[in-house]
Amino acid sequence: MSDPRLPDTILMTPLAQVTEVTGLGMVAIRADLARAGDAIADAAGLAIPAPNRFVTDGGRWLGWMSPDELLLILPAAEVAPAVAALTDALAGEHALVADVSDMRCVFDLSGRKPAQALSKLCPVDFGALPADGLRRTRAAQIACAVWPQGQGWRITAFRSVTDYLRGILTAAAAPGTDLEPR
Amino acid sequence: MTTQSAPFRLPAGGRLIDRTARRDFRFDGRQMSGLAGDTLASALLANGQLMMGRSFKYHRPRGPVASGAEEPNALLGLGQGGRFEPNQRATTTPLVAGMVTTSQNAWPSLDRDIGAVNNWLWRFFPAGFYYKTFMYPRAAWKHVFEPVIRRAAGLGRAPELPDPDRYEQAYDFADVVVVGGGIAGLAAAAEAAAGGGKVVVLEQTGHWGGRTPVDHADGQGRVDAALAQLRAMPNVTLRRNTMAVGLYDHGYLLAREHLADHDPNAGLPRQRLWRIRAGRVVTATGALERPLSFAGNDVPGVMLASAVRDYLVDYGVAAGRRVAVVTNNDDAYRTALAALDAGLEVPIVIDARPVADGPLAQAVRARGVRIATGSAVAKVLGSKAVNGLKLCDHAGQGDPLGVVDCDVIAMSGGWSPVVHLWSHCGGKLIWDEARAMFAPDPNRPPTGADGQGNVTVAGAASGDLAVSGLTGAVGESPILPVWVMPRNATRAARFKMWLDYQNDVKVSDVELAGREGYASVEHAKRYTTLGMATDQGKISNINGLAILSDALGQPIQATGTTTFRPPYTPLTLGTIAAEARGDVFQPLRKTPLHGWHERHGAHWEPVGLWRRPYCYPRGTETPHAAVAREILAVRGGVGTLDASTLGKILVKGPDAGRFLDMIYTGMMSSLPVGKCRYGLVCSENGFLVDDGVAARLSEDSWLVHTTTGGADRIHAHMEDWLQCEWWDWRVYTANLTEQYAQIAVVGPKARTVLERLGGMDVSAGALPFMGWAEGRLAGIPVRIYRISFSGELSFEIAAPAGRGLELWEAIHKTGAEFGITPYGTEAMHIMRAEKGFIMIGDETDGTVIPQDLGLSWAISKKKPDYIGKRAQERSFMASPDRWTLVGLESLDGRVLPDGAYAVADGVNPNGQRNTQGRVTSTYFSPTLNRPIAMGLVHRGPDRMGEELEFPVPGGASHRARIVDPVFFDKEGTKANV
Amino acid sequence: MLTLTCPYCGVAAEETELHPGGESHLKRFGPGSSDTDFEAYLFARKNPKGVHFERWRHLYGCGKWFLAARDTATLQVFGTYRAQTPTPPAEIVAAIQAARPHWQPDWDTSPPRNAEGDSAPGLGDDPAPNPTPARDSFA
Repeated sequence: MSDPRLPDTILMTPLAQVTEVTGLGMVAIRADLARAGDAIADAAGLAIPAPNRFVTDGGRWLGWMSPDELLLILPAAEVAPAVAALTDALAGEHALVADVSDMRCVFDLSGRKPAQALSKLCPVDFGALPADGLRRTRAAQIACAVWPQGQGWRITAFRSVTDYLRGILTAAAAPGTDLEPR
Repeated sequence: MTTQSAPFRLPAGGRLIDRTARRDFRFDGRQMSGLAGDTLASALLANGQLMMGRSFKYHRPRGPVASGAEEPNALLGLGQGGRFEPNQRATTTPLVAGMVTTSQNAWPSLDRDIGAVNNWLWRFFPAGFYYKTFMYPRAAWKHVFEPVIRRAAGLGRAPELPDPDRYEQAYDFADVVVVGGGIAGLAAAAEAAAGGGKVVVLEQTGHWGGRTPVDHADGQGRVDAALAQLRAMPNVTLRRNTMAVGLYDHGYLLAREHLADHDPNAGLPRQRLWRIRAGRVVTATGALERPLSFAGNDVPGVMLASAVRDYLVDYGVAAGRRVAVVTNNDDAYRTALAALDAGLEVPIVIDARPVADGPLAQAVRARGVRIATGSAVAKVLGSKAVNGLKLCDHAGQGDPLGVVDCDVIAMSGGWSPVVHLWSHCGGKLIWDEARAMFAPDPNRPPTGADGQGNVTVAGAASGDLAVSGLTGAVGESPILPVWVMPRNATRAARFKMWLDYQNDVKVSDVELAGREGYASVEHAKRYTTLGMATDQGKISNINGLAILSDALGQPIQATGTTTFRPPYTPLTLGTIAAEARGDVFQPLRKTPLHGWHERHGAHWEPVGLWRRPYCYPRGTETPHAAVAREILAVRGGVGTLDASTLGKILVKGPDAGRFLDMIYTGMMSSLPVGKCRYGLVCSENGFLVDDGVAARLSEDSWLVHTTTGGADRIHAHMEDWLQCEWWDWRVYTANLTEQYAQIAVVGPKARTVLERLGGMDVSAGALPFMGWAEGRLAGIPVRIYRISFSGELSFEIAAPAGRGLELWEAIHKTGAEFGITPYGTEAMHIMRAEKGFIMIGDETDGTVIPQDLGLSWAISKKKPDYIGKRAQERSFMASPDRWTLVGLESLDGRVLPDGAYAVADGVNPNGQRNTQGRVTSTYFSPTLNRPIAMGLVHRGPDRMGEELEFPVPGGASHRARIVDPVFFDKEGTKANV
Repeated sequence: MLTLTCPYCGVAAEETELHPGGESHLKRFGPGSSDTDFEAYLFARKNPKGVHFERWRHLYGCGKWFLAARDTATLQVFGTYRAQTPTPPAEIVAAIQAARPHWQPDWDTSPPRNAEGDSAPGLGDDPAPNPTPARDSFA
């Protein structure tokens, strides 16, 4: 749907569809990655990502959160065995493994221009983020992590601000708010 | 469009208007019509409406003086209802069909304004009038002067309804941002883009090319060619209607884009604030023309020469029929030529310079126009409109040599480069004596994070006014600096020479400031209010500081400029708030049980960003009654509290015990696995900042509970000390606050409810007071802590947040037969106060140490160190004279006022009563059916039984007796069962 | 609004993603210290117009505290480095002196003592204990 008053780069449809994703399991892992990386990789079933990157096999996803912290995202049903496997693998290490599946909300942004919607909320140059890039930042007034997912983007924040995040994402994706010059 | 409805619209010309598209609008209730492409100012002028407002102080009639963002006079109220906006510049507001506009600062009407009486009292309103007049008698300020001034103050009126429009912000990143889409900006963009980086060009108006199409033959062709080149470059973004308003540290540029201004039916956000991080900024912001200071230079019809020209060329609008030009430079001759081309009369060009023989002057002379050199305007004739001027010698005092009949005076005092963005972030200026302007000093640019200059200047903004390399402009003769016209004008004339039109600051005011010793330009600005209006003195500042320099007898460079501060033009608050309004004004944090509370009529209390149920009123019950009912239900049976907001931090590692011994005042390393212990957290200053219960989960891990507000703060506190002080200690923390829903089941029947729920042995033997256990309740995985903040038998149950609601509902279903009652934060507060338990933020305020609160039992005497220990050893902290926690028992049955101070004998040096204590928590206790309170009192515990007086404003003092702070179940038997 | 590059994750974060922590390289004085030392540790802060060493936390990113050498007047950033650094490293000092030739460190720059003697037993590759802590008081 175009508007005769606007250039054809700007459409009166949302920039992105905002969809809440539920049923994901999450495991927080804190350890000396240089020392315990192999053990974690074996237990998680994924290679250790480089800083600010993630690795995924389609089913599981492992993201680099900080120099001594990883986040494993996987189907909820696999959380308990994964926590057990990681705990076993790190038994001799100084490490922390915690089920954090209930702690966050997750939204997917798909559609025409999801990165433009994110650009209204996060002080991040999304065009410069690699395809396997993970960015922890701020979306308006809350902490979040953002990364490319499929043709769009995935964003996660704390559970208590689910409604806030949905609200700001939806507003940022409002019809006719394309960022192209007019 | 008939000439009748728009009598000053010329039959031809107007490069920006569409003569086939009529746009009707209203001004002060009158129907008018303009054309698509008009600004509000050009449309009003076309309709013969020269007077557009009245000045702030003297209410003098004012018309537009400029044609762009620098306009000081033509400020209108735009729109209606929630979309009403005051002080909008008519010169930059695009005309939209149906627009409703009103003049300001005039009553009852623009034509007949009562405030104009100030104009006749001008002798009594000199610079510094307020400071001099309202000093004495002192009482008169509060009761007489201020109320009157407050009523008279303010230019437009503030909108009264919420703004229905939407706004947004967006971040952008660019290698180079070019500010200004004139010919110089377009050339700079092409040059920058050739390097391949991302280039963004921002243009404040809806049109590219700046002044070039107006001022130079073939200007439009040159602009079109430059645009075509840029449009072919994929790394260039050309953004119109976008005003760069401020340049900040490290290349951070704020710009406001107009998306659907005054077109409320477009369904779009109205404006967008761009937050751009620029590797380099090119300011191609052009220059602004300066007025000349001659007597009566503010009469409607006296305009900047460039503005007269713009209205002719851009909009086909004549401000009048007979245009007299007065100038000290060549550029104004372009206005004479434009007027002649438009078929207007030009009776005279008055040039202050002794000679005018440049190509532009010659061209004007060749068309038969009289050029009076070495001349000046002695006085403008007319009050609400120009009807002539008196001519004089510029070198003299203003003795009139004759009268010139005219209805427009096009003046030019020279041009000032727009140096605002350059100056916002530290770029320095130099006074160019020959060209009579402050221009950016290319050797002292603003610098970025790497210490190198990150701003360059292009075109007229650099001082190269003609930009002849790009425009092909003809050569011009030098300017003659003219700050007062005529040079030796009389004192009376200087009282009628306006510098700052909006704030009514005149040459005489600035000279007075100089005489009275205001040697600093910043002081003179504030004393006279020069440059302090909504236009920030864009056209008045240079003239003003030149006159101040004369008055101080020093060169202009020595006076300098006032500080240029963002924003360049005012920003609508909506753009700053952007998405932060309505439901998403703040991130409102919701617990996993939030929906249940909402459905059960919770009366909310904001706790940080959380919303917690304060109580759950039933039907018509008042909150007060609901709180009382909830407390009695808990103490007599069983209640539930949503405690999910409490901080829950996992602390794990071989050094976790040692670390927690530093974080807490008490000993945490000795806590047995399976047990809980209450702890206090202090800052390094020794002050109590948080409290809570820690549970030892395993040999190397503790789960630490914090207050609701302390969750993020204490987690950050721990990470700070771990990362920056004890970085060799092996400890990991994880803030698991939101992983769990936490439900307190409290009251004598609590155990029965959990037993009925089934799945865990919750007997006193299996799960004793201050113990914890893991298991499943009603099939849900939980951890139960036997801790109590109410003094009752209490189980705090943590479940995965996603199953919290299921557990809460199961508890309520099972507990129904025992009258289980959800209770809120107020019941929790009162029950803890009944028990004499402290609350962080009530009993503490950042000056209170644990020892003040009778909490020495929670401070380890054995530990050599903990955070805050050394501070608590300071003499004042260890003094027996500190105010210390006690209970307070009202003597007259009234609830003590929160925060009230107990007075002592005598007065302090300010004549106020000495104090000896204050109330920190005060409630009516439904359990005891009487008021209870806690407070901090000088040597309080040593003074049991003494009575204190708490005066309150406008009433009888409260009196209270010092008692033990534990009002209920002093033996503590109820919790430990 | 500043941008600082976090030395842990390499992200060039803007000021809104960071949390400031005041002066860095403070030495903590605990129980047993003199009133003078403790007062200086708790309250006395440098407030230079010029080179300053300060603490920042990449709060909205990797969560790590780091240190920055910055000119408080021009806002030039000479470099950022890890918080587990007792005194500014040589490359930071060099970067400052490249831009401010007359600037001199105000700490003891003599070579460090024998590293073995400083290291706590049994810590393997873990960083050495903190000899001159780099934190501000929590208020």
